Amino acid sequence: MKRLDKSELIFKIIAYILVTLFALTTLYPFIYSISMALSGLQAVEQGKVILFPVDPQMDAIKALLIGERAKGFWISYTNTLFYTFYGTAFSMILSIFAAYALSKTNLLFKRQIGFLIVFTMWFSAGLIPTYINYRELFVNNRWGIIYGFGVQAFNILLLRNYFNGISKEIEEAAIVDGANEFQVLGNVYIPMSKSALATVTLFYALNRWNGYFWNMRLVQGNEHPLQVILRGITEAASNTDIIVNYPYSLYSLAYAAIIMSIIPIIVIYPYLQKYFAKGVNVGGVKE
Amino acid sequence: MNQEQKEQNMSIEAQRREAIIEEMERTRWHRYWTQIKKDWPIYAMLVPVILFFYFFRYRPIGGIMIAFKNYDNYSDSVANSNFYGLYAFRYIMFGPQARDFWQAFRNTFTLSTYGLFFGFPIPIILALLFSEIKNEAYRAATQIISYLPKFISTVVITSILGLMLAGGNSVMAPGLLNGLFQQAGWIPAGTPMLSKPEYFRSIYIISNIWESAGYGSIVYFAAIMAISPTNYEAAKIDGANKLSQIRYVTLPGMAPTLTIMLILRIGETLNVGYEKVMLLTANRGNEVLSTAEVISTYVLKLGSIGIGSSAGAAAGVNFAAAADVFNSIIAMFLVLGANFISRRVSDTSLF
Repeated sequence: MKRLDKSELIFKIIAYILVTLFALTTLYPFIYSISMALSGLQAVEQGKVILFPVDPQMDAIKALLIGERAKGFWISYTNTLFYTFYGTAFSMILSIFAAYALSKTNLLFKRQIGFLIVFTMWFSAGLIPTYINYRELFVNNRWGIIYGFGVQAFNILLLRNYFNGISKEIEEAAIVDGANEFQVLGNVYIPMSKSALATVTLFYALNRWNGYFWNMRLVQGNEHPLQVILRGITEAASNTDIIVNYPYSLYSLAYAAIIMSIIPIIVIYPYLQKYFAKGVNVGGVKE
Repeated sequence: MNQEQKEQNMSIEAQRREAIIEEMERTRWHRYWTQIKKDWPIYAMLVPVILFFYFFRYRPIGGIMIAFKNYDNYSDSVANSNFYGLYAFRYIMFGPQARDFWQAFRNTFTLSTYGLFFGFPIPIILALLFSEIKNEAYRAATQIISYLPKFISTVVITSILGLMLAGGNSVMAPGLLNGLFQQAGWIPAGTPMLSKPEYFRSIYIISNIWESAGYGSIVYFAAIMAISPTNYEAAKIDGANKLSQIRYVTLPGMAPTLTIMLILRIGETLNVGYEKVMLLTANRGNEVLSTAEVISTYVLKLGSIGIGSSAGAAAGVNFAAAADVFNSIIAMFLVLGANFISRRVSDTSLF
């Protein structure tokens, strides 16, 4: 049994208290959001909601999901699913191919190609040239959002480092059996790097799901994703003092939309967190 | 041998040498070509990613030229615009609106310096605290919770902030935090906090800490865990209490990580993200901009591509690009400077 001296004991107690406080502070806004979404009109307007729902109602959520707000909400939700799904698939295909090719020792100009990719981590053209570039290539186009974004040098490096660590013996055995590069990638590398692939997929998907600025700027109206619509709903709630005849507060509607937009993240989060801490260390400060 | 013959000989010699070099070049490219043909799949795999980087990462870099050109939204292309030299730079820095530019520049600097000063130590302290929690399950749970905000979108975070800090009106009570601060007597009743310049910095920095401290602690936590327990045992035998253990074992053990992270942060000093500032301040009036306008949002405004501006309306695109370029150049010097100092002082550097 190790003995703790007094200073160690005090430090430990302080650590437990502060860590607990920090975790509670982190969680509180989410709990508060749920309670606000579910509280009654009067309670919300008088600022009575502190932790748990007061005079619970489901009208705000109903309005958002099946009522008067449902149409716009679901259109934007579908758009976000569309951008996230195709965008992530696009980014993953490019990143896997690039990482695989860069992990090959027989690749010519490997250093130069690697440098050109890493360079984009340190230097970017800036907002205006980027915007003009999009405008010159395409405008107001949902495919533009899918193809124009996403592939990140960091993720390619992360995958490449992982591929570098895969034993070459299995690969050689596969080549002896007559497999070509595509088969080696598909049958050896991909099955052996599931955790790295999961990490990168989730990074990409989160970026797509959470993206705001360029989505707001490059597409219009019915093509806007959830984040843009969400922003509109919460702005309307905090800016207007128009009395509306809904059985719920606009605040409740705003918080309901916030909750709906983070539910998918909360659902995948337990799976996600297993991987990303590892991913952060793999990519780390190397290169 | 006379002079003329000599010269002729030399030129023959030179021609032969050239021919050999040419032949070598040819065989070199030939060799490359045969190798590419043999390994064609890996080159085929690189084609899409090279196209992507060309069109979306490198092609825009050429567009930086608009800062030096008479380009506006009515011009047909960057390449066809007239060269204007440093006109746009002179205009934003010394022209009639120079005050706005320098204000944005100062704000960027202040915001990120405060952010660094208050934001940098918190993840380190958090990592130290996490390392003290020996109950694995409890530690894992609190860590996982603390990372969560990093995965939530800026829109959600700024929306929650907007709602919680709202000043209230004839219908609505003030937002939760606003009400709390009113009761504590920190702010006058009915203050729309996000519209007031005096609160912006605190709001921005504290919410950033809330957002990223947990996730930021991962890298420091890994560094602390990598320190061998025998070092602590040795320190204890020497009679070190907890604070001296941190001072003489933990901090030196994580020094390389600390240095690298600090360099990275200093390098980012002028990169105050536009998205969060823009989302916090859009539609909140002009008053707050005296502390909240940063270079990147100023660029958006000049270029008319921020929230609420209809793109293509303004003629200030080249001015916006000039502000952007100016910012990037200063930022680059900051990275190089921090890196240089760190290499001198501690042998740790990025490049």
